[in-house]
Amino acid sequence: MISMLIRRLLLGVVTVWIVSVIIFAGVEMLPGDACTAFLERDAKGEMLAHCREAQGLNQPPVERYLSWAAGAIQGDFGTSMSGDQSISEMVGLRVKLSLMLAMGALIGGVPLAIFLGVVTGIWRDRPLDVFLSTGAIFAMTIPEFISATILILIFSIWLGWVPGIVITPADAPVLDFFPEFILPIVVLGMVMTAHIMRMVRTSVIEVMASDYVQMATLKGVPFRQIVFRHVLPNALLPAINVVALTVAWLLGGVVVVEMVFNYPGLGRMMVDAISDRDLPVVQAIAMIVATTYVCVNLTADVMTMILNPRLRTLYMRAK
Amino acid sequence: MSDMAAPGIPRTGRLRRMGTVLRDMAASPSGAIGLTLVVAHLVMALISPWIVPYDYKVMDSGMVLSGPTGAHWLGTDEFGRDIFSRVLMGGREALLVTGIATPLAMLWGGMMGILLGLAGGRLDEVMMRVVDAFLSLPWILKLLVLVMTFGNGMMVIIPTLGFFYGIPVIRVARAATHDVVARDFVSAARARGHGRFGIIKRELLPNVLDTMMVEGAMRWSWMLLAFSSLSFLGFGVSPPTPDWGLMISESRVYMPLSPWGVLGPMVALSSLIIGINLSADALAKAMGIDRARKAVV
Repeated sequence: MISMLIRRLLLGVVTVWIVSVIIFAGVEMLPGDACTAFLERDAKGEMLAHCREAQGLNQPPVERYLSWAAGAIQGDFGTSMSGDQSISEMVGLRVKLSLMLAMGALIGGVPLAIFLGVVTGIWRDRPLDVFLSTGAIFAMTIPEFISATILILIFSIWLGWVPGIVITPADAPVLDFFPEFILPIVVLGMVMTAHIMRMVRTSVIEVMASDYVQMATLKGVPFRQIVFRHVLPNALLPAINVVALTVAWLLGGVVVVEMVFNYPGLGRMMVDAISDRDLPVVQAIAMIVATTYVCVNLTADVMTMILNPRLRTLYMRAK
Repeated sequence: MSDMAAPGIPRTGRLRRMGTVLRDMAASPSGAIGLTLVVAHLVMALISPWIVPYDYKVMDSGMVLSGPTGAHWLGTDEFGRDIFSRVLMGGREALLVTGIATPLAMLWGGMMGILLGLAGGRLDEVMMRVVDAFLSLPWILKLLVLVMTFGNGMMVIIPTLGFFYGIPVIRVARAATHDVVARDFVSAARARGHGRFGIIKRELLPNVLDTMMVEGAMRWSWMLLAFSSLSFLGFGVSPPTPDWGLMISESRVYMPLSPWGVLGPMVALSSLIIGINLSADALAKAMGIDRARKAVV
């Protein structure tokens, strides 16, 4: 199993490395370079030369990739085009804010999703299940900017309960974002809950139909014990991967939600950087998000591997 | 699906199967609702320019942000344009773009996945890492960078969507190929001495096609979501073209005064995406594919 873990870990590292090549080569392949993109019409003569000098664009691409990658490993992404700020510092602030949204959605959403998934799975096709499952389809498929706008319309414009837009500046203390972050968290949480709930429901239904649950029922094991001892442990394992996938989705989906609520997180910073054609910042954000994605999936795989006794022995035997 | 589906089935057989699948889809209430929504939206996109009561770009400064009236069923927007007419036409651009980009994505992703699944070995392993790497980048970043660099014309958006949404398809097609390749009838074809392309065409494609149809329906709905999100963020369709995503983002500011400008396009876009999802579920069920275990991304 150890060798399996190491192999999985190495694959993760390779993926991150390929991501870095794609990001770097992708920017190289765009017409012009970071300086012509940023300066746009002013990109000529001394200004351009000066900018290229400052960003180190005069060196050959391979050398630039190496120094960029070496910096990125140490968490140093250079300076942004506008304002010569350290990108790591700028990004760090925003990462914290986006993380807060994601954590809020996860802490509220995951337990709720598991509970609803088990309830609908055990009592499948009853009115409660039909109602919740239909609701889940709506939550999963309706675009985030629509659910966000509906919530703003109802809860901040009509009812006036919570603010519908964030006006706190990015560098304010985290707690200042209360109550502004409630609606963004609810929007993210809704989609996530729906996805995880559906997955848990399916796997509960599968386990309920399995031979060992039937056997337990026939032996007269109390229903409550069947659910907690037999169904839950087996049904929740596949949920780990879905949670990982939804976390990965959070990283991308958060962009639209942050734009709707004007929330100064990583997603809005990304859109702003793309609009400003600040390519070094775009590269840094892309790298951070992609690495997080790979790490989350890796963790989920490893957790499933460790928690699932069948997989564990399978790997042992394969070894 | 029978293992001998591949070579012998004449065209009429395939048509007949499509008929059965459609009938099965329509048999369940959710499938019937889904199909109805999709068909209604497609028909509306085709005929709307000829049936809308008002021109989508004619402004009426005397009738700004009015609620629903007999003359304007959904009221008017901030420029006094008829919302109902704009909602009816608002899906045309999105349906055209995704209608071309989805088959494009399925085609290149599917071909690539089948070839990799057949080839196996080193090449397969390396390419899958590249696929993983592409998938780990948020979709909106990939789309935005290209749109910001090359503009938001259709000639940019269609290939961009087609390319990026084909990448996850590679994975699905490859997995489906692996499922089929191990089966007896492929070994039999190999033993008979069929070449690689013969095997792809006669043994693999017909068997992988079901999975790809369902996958295609899902990709279509995700692509619509992506395209509308781009428009909502202001990087997709340019005004004054009516587009649901753009309309929602433009009318959002005036929500406290009149919610009709956002409600109309919201209902339209949601009903289309829900319709596609319900149809995809029904399609999977009718074809006997277990879609419950499908991933999110």
